[in-house]
Amino acid sequence: MLPEALVVAVSFAYLLLLFAVAYFGDRRAEQGRSIIANPWTYALSMAVYCTAWTYFGSVGRAASGGVWFLPIYLGPTLALALSWLLLLKMIRIAKSYRITSIADFIASRYGKSHLLGGLVTIITVVGIIPYIALQLKAIASGYALLTAPSAIHQPPAQVGYWFQDSTLYIALILATFTILFGARHLDATERHEGMVAAIAFESVVKLVAFLAVGLFVTYGIYNGFSDIFSRVYDDPELAKLLTISGGSEAGYGGWFTLVLLAMLSVIFLPRQFQVTVVENVNEQHLRRAMWLFPLYLFLINIFVLPIAFGGLLHFGSGTVDPDNFVLSLPLSHGMEALALFVFVGGLSAATGMVIVETIAVSTMICNDLVMPLLLRSKRFSHAARPDLTGLLLTIRRGAILIVVLLGYLYFRLAGEAYALVSIGLISFAAVAQFAPAMIGGMYWRGGTREGALAGLLAGFIVWAYTLMLPSFAKSGWLDPGFLEHGLFGFELLKPEQLFGLTGLDNISHALFWSMLANIGFYVFVSLLREPTGQEASQATLFVDVFRRERAEPATFWRGSAEVRELLALVSRFLGTDKAQRLFGDYARRRGFSSIDQIKGDAGLVHFAETQLTGAIGSASARVMVSSVVQEEPLGLDEVMYILDEASQVRAYSHQLEEKSRALEAATQELREANEQLKELDRLKDDIMSSVTHELRTPLTSIRALSEMLLDDPMIALEDRKRFLGIIVSETERLTRLVNQVLDLAKIESGHAEWHNTDVDMRELVEHAVEATSQLFRDRGARIEVKLPETAPHLLADHDRLLQVMLNLLSNAAKFVPKGEGHVRVVLGFEDGVVRVEVIDNGPGLAQEFLPYVFEKFRQGGDQKERTQGTGLGLPISRQIIEHFGGCMWVESRPGEGARFAFTLPGGKPGPISAPDSQ
Amino acid sequence: MRGSMMRRGLARQRLVAVFLTAALLFNYPVLSLFDRPVAFFGLPLLYVYMFVVWGVVIAFIAWIVERGIR
Repeated sequence: MLPEALVVAVSFAYLLLLFAVAYFGDRRAEQGRSIIANPWTYALSMAVYCTAWTYFGSVGRAASGGVWFLPIYLGPTLALALSWLLLLKMIRIAKSYRITSIADFIASRYGKSHLLGGLVTIITVVGIIPYIALQLKAIASGYALLTAPSAIHQPPAQVGYWFQDSTLYIALILATFTILFGARHLDATERHEGMVAAIAFESVVKLVAFLAVGLFVTYGIYNGFSDIFSRVYDDPELAKLLTISGGSEAGYGGWFTLVLLAMLSVIFLPRQFQVTVVENVNEQHLRRAMWLFPLYLFLINIFVLPIAFGGLLHFGSGTVDPDNFVLSLPLSHGMEALALFVFVGGLSAATGMVIVETIAVSTMICNDLVMPLLLRSKRFSHAARPDLTGLLLTIRRGAILIVVLLGYLYFRLAGEAYALVSIGLISFAAVAQFAPAMIGGMYWRGGTREGALAGLLAGFIVWAYTLMLPSFAKSGWLDPGFLEHGLFGFELLKPEQLFGLTGLDNISHALFWSMLANIGFYVFVSLLREPTGQEASQATLFVDVFRRERAEPATFWRGSAEVRELLALVSRFLGTDKAQRLFGDYARRRGFSSIDQIKGDAGLVHFAETQLTGAIGSASARVMVSSVVQEEPLGLDEVMYILDEASQVRAYSHQLEEKSRALEAATQELREANEQLKELDRLKDDIMSSVTHELRTPLTSIRALSEMLLDDPMIALEDRKRFLGIIVSETERLTRLVNQVLDLAKIESGHAEWHNTDVDMRELVEHAVEATSQLFRDRGARIEVKLPETAPHLLADHDRLLQVMLNLLSNAAKFVPKGEGHVRVVLGFEDGVVRVEVIDNGPGLAQEFLPYVFEKFRQGGDQKERTQGTGLGLPISRQIIEHFGGCMWVESRPGEGARFAFTLPGGKPGPISAPDSQ
Repeated sequence: MRGSMMRRGLARQRLVAVFLTAALLFNYPVLSLFDRPVAFFGLPLLYVYMFVVWGVVIAFIAWIVERGIR
């Protein structure tokens, strides 16, 4: 037993520490050095999911149901894996349109409806207040246990009059904390950095405390996991809990339901929406939270089973409330300090939940319940109040206090009742009713206000009838007869076997019927009519939130507004200074020098409305803005027209982009083609000038000599003969040149005729050498021929190949030095490839000249020797060799002669009998 | 730009795959294969199975999203 004063002192000291953390967080936020702007804090704040229901209740569930505590934590892991699909979109929508609660989200999506926002708020209050009461109960019973004389003696959770109850004071402190850090000032974004810092801190405390007690039970009292479980196996009653069927009657279907329910809860619980969506600093933080938050859940659950079984083994079942094992086990082993620490952990879990949930619910109550009623009342609108910020804050703070006190009241009234103990899953099922309207609203444009209303209402009624009323009946607050005999005695209306449906546990049963009613009404009522203009425009803003960010948002508004009036309106709700600053920023962004110059256009109206939405909710903001501006309501046709226009412009610009890309590609191709053509043209010009040049040289000498002969009949016979000889040889050269040009043109254009026969390469080389022997003799050069023993045969055009050989040989003869020339001709045959080399000891070729050897009209040697050739021999030779699939090249170094070589494939050792072809 | 978008697309497909696999492993009928009163190194098979699969799923998600950040 611990002294009461100590427990109270420690609890209050801990709460003071929370104040300090939150204060520090707020201070740092004001200085612009946020301590929550990192994914770790973000993930830790998400762990507000683990309430006292987890902290104490998981062990309790495990003690009665074995592994059945787990689905509640597996669901969030699954939901987070898909968070980029749903949560990310929610965050983006909430940030873009300043949405600060689930009620506002749904109200805004379906045409900014007050009625919807109010309904969602009421569902939340009904479903969540008991959950807050459960947290207070956990604190109270933990306190009672710590201060009781014996752990076995289960003390009642509440003692004496309400003013003696320390739980009330804790509730009041929590309300103070929430007011201080959750509603200190009005902010259009409604973010609370200090609060988030405190929640993250609490998450660390509860995890460490739970791990501490887990380690103590597993390794302090017992000898590790195996020890506990081996003892469990000895007790057949306990061993039954180690399977799914042994733990609960619900079976695998019930298991699936719980996983699904937990998936929905981690997204749609108001406190989760608050920390995950509203308090999100940076969308990128979600990425790391995707695994950090599940890891947190993993860690906090590892010791649940060992503690539960440790408690059952130690106390025996039925003596001590398993929900309190985390406290009673250390206490019964004299570890009072640890028990106190564990209590502080439980306090963290409970207070964290109460704080965040209260902020979320009070925002809803203020924006979606109280403000709409106030705005509607005549007295309020006639009262000329310049500044409403004070009123707004008072409403917020009042709502916080009322929510906490309602929770306390419920706790006092319900006590140990079933309705309170079982509220965890009942709450989950209540918030699951938001899923169809929320998810549908983000992905389906067709949902209407009536559809969402009907779906929510139907789901809520079925939930209340199948889950909440039975829990009241089981608590003895209602006649339990209606559970057994159905409403008014109709068997079909039995709340836990609605329409005779049996075989499901009560949660699965309720979830099935409520979701059926909810989704059914939502879809079918929505399909009764087309969305109105307001609904269609909001649907577009929500569904296309990711697509909109790039383009200027389509503005669904037409009318005129006065900057002065809008400024005054915003000032009324946010305060004059803040409104001046906001409008000043807006003016600067739009490029105006002062607020007076701002144009009263759609953009300004949208801006003012968004600012107000954060403070008073979207529906109220709409009402207020429309009260000061003259606007024409837009019908569905007009909204569709604006949308069409916007999408047409987008589609058109998309098409334009594609076309311009195609054009660019075409331009590029054309440019390349043009370059090629230019190159060809240049080559043609080159060839023309080369050919004409080559033609002119012999023509000039022929003409000069003939003129001399014509003009001077007295020329000696000797000279006359010589002149005529030159004329004949020049004419021959001209003929040769013309023939070769024609020849080359034919080969290049593919019109040449080829007469393929069997060619004996050895005979061909010998023939060529024979034919050019006179040339070599004239130059005084030696020629050496090296032939293989077997004669390689080819299927080729004999005359053409001979032409190549003659070309190479005469080329060599031309360049060898006079008198001491030496030319080697080598014929090789290997692996079917015939190789011919002609090696001379001429001057050789410069390295930079090698690539041009086979180009037309490029001749080696000096001007004098040029006259002997046409400059077309080598190009033609190469064309011929390439025609037969071979290749021709030259290797040379200046001063070391040149080696012209070619190879031809398809050689055979013997004659090839093939008909003349082509 | 395009590279990061494709990586993000790939990461999303991987996350969907992990989600589907985890949903399969945590539910009937796969779950029933391990739902036996059998000890696995002294620990209940179901308990070990749950926590191992859960841990591996978290590790996979961490691997997928942390690769994308860099």
